[in-house]
Amino acid sequence: MKTLKILSMLLLVAQLGACAMPQPWVKPYERERLADPILQFSRNSLADKHREHVFEVREGAHGATGVQGGGCGCN
Amino acid sequence: MAPPACKGAVVAATSLWKRLAGLLGSLLAVGGAKAADLPPDETDAMVHVYDGGGVRASGPVLLVRKKLADRVSVSGQYYVDMVSNASIDVVTTASPYKETRNEFTLGADYAYRDSVLTVSGSSSREPDYTANTLNFDVTQEVFGGMTTVAMGFTRGSDKVRKHGDDTFQDTAHHWRYRLGATQILSPRWLMSANFEAVSDEGFLGSPYRVARVFGAAVPERNPRTRTSRAIKFRTIAEVTPGTAVRAEYRYFWDTWAIKAHTAEFGASRYVRQAWLVDGLLRFYSQQHALFYSDNAAAETAYVSRNRQLGTYKGVSLGGKVTYSMGKVQGRYDVKLSGVYERMRYRFSDFTDIRTGALYSYDANLLQLIVSATF
Repeated sequence: MKTLKILSMLLLVAQLGACAMPQPWVKPYERERLADPILQFSRNSLADKHREHVFEVREGAHGATGVQGGGCGCN
Repeated sequence: MAPPACKGAVVAATSLWKRLAGLLGSLLAVGGAKAADLPPDETDAMVHVYDGGGVRASGPVLLVRKKLADRVSVSGQYYVDMVSNASIDVVTTASPYKETRNEFTLGADYAYRDSVLTVSGSSSREPDYTANTLNFDVTQEVFGGMTTVAMGFTRGSDKVRKHGDDTFQDTAHHWRYRLGATQILSPRWLMSANFEAVSDEGFLGSPYRVARVFGAAVPERNPRTRTSRAIKFRTIAEVTPGTAVRAEYRYFWDTWAIKAHTAEFGASRYVRQAWLVDGLLRFYSQQHALFYSDNAAAETAYVSRNRQLGTYKGVSLGGKVTYSMGKVQGRYDVKLSGVYERMRYRFSDFTDIRTGALYSYDANLLQLIVSATF
């Protein structure tokens, strides 16, 4: 039963793929502005990593920041 | 006109596999001619100061990054935290102290077609705490370069010791798994989603901190395992030429029953050509851990008065100014940046035992950065 469900799902995905596979709608030559510093999520890894460290050692939440963690310095 | 395949209700098995392969192929292969970009060669130096709640942490950071051939970029980073600690925990139960934390990080990025593989390792040392981490990350551009998928793994091993007690020694281990995607929505609009699962095992508290049970001070007792999840959504867009706005939200939850919301809003604007000004506003709100208590009224297996595990709200207001000096000596693109952020934390269930009032504190964060890319 489970196999049948999975196969049905795959079939549906394949059908959708054949029907309407979206094409990239922003062409490479239109992406010039996206390289501008004001459109970067992180402009300076050094400063962002330090800021995340400041919050991580003072708040209970952590993770999913998009910035790699380092050592502790937690206590 | 719809392809003939859409009209048929029954599809042969061979056709199904062909289509699945075609779907995957179109996702991976479109735009495959362009190689993923490696970070530029750069040298960054930063001085940082955090001052708040009786804690002052400051020091220099240095980062050097250099490409080797076209496909590999290596980096090294040295980070210093000179900490002077007279926080409320310390002044109410121990003596203020000073110590230095040094952290070294080495990393390498390898670009192959639309993928970048990153490996890095760091070692952080302070007198009573040693932490070593190893990171693996992969990014892959798909869908004609409009989508970037990222996944990564971190393994951390810590050694915990205690000043004045040579018999105390313990360990902590950390596993972090992350997955994310960034999507180009328009020529001036991006969005990303990131998920991270973290598992911690070992000594997850402080050997110095005490809890209160029936008003008496006892060593805190934390569980030796913790598993957390965090999901974050970000978006950034240029709203008028030279002006961008961004927003992000993170939800965090863990097996200690902590739930936390983080929201941040920011704006960036060019002022003349050489100046870039940023402003940000950040909100943080957290619900306490199951075993957190300001003054426990029952004996339980686990008890902590670590205010980081309590219920509180935080607000930050910050700004950044960047000045581009342009090409120096015709070769180095030099930028000078200054960042200032003011933070305020207000606790709902942590009291200052000297006054009996609910605790709150303000903090200042300052970063001065010189960055040269070439």
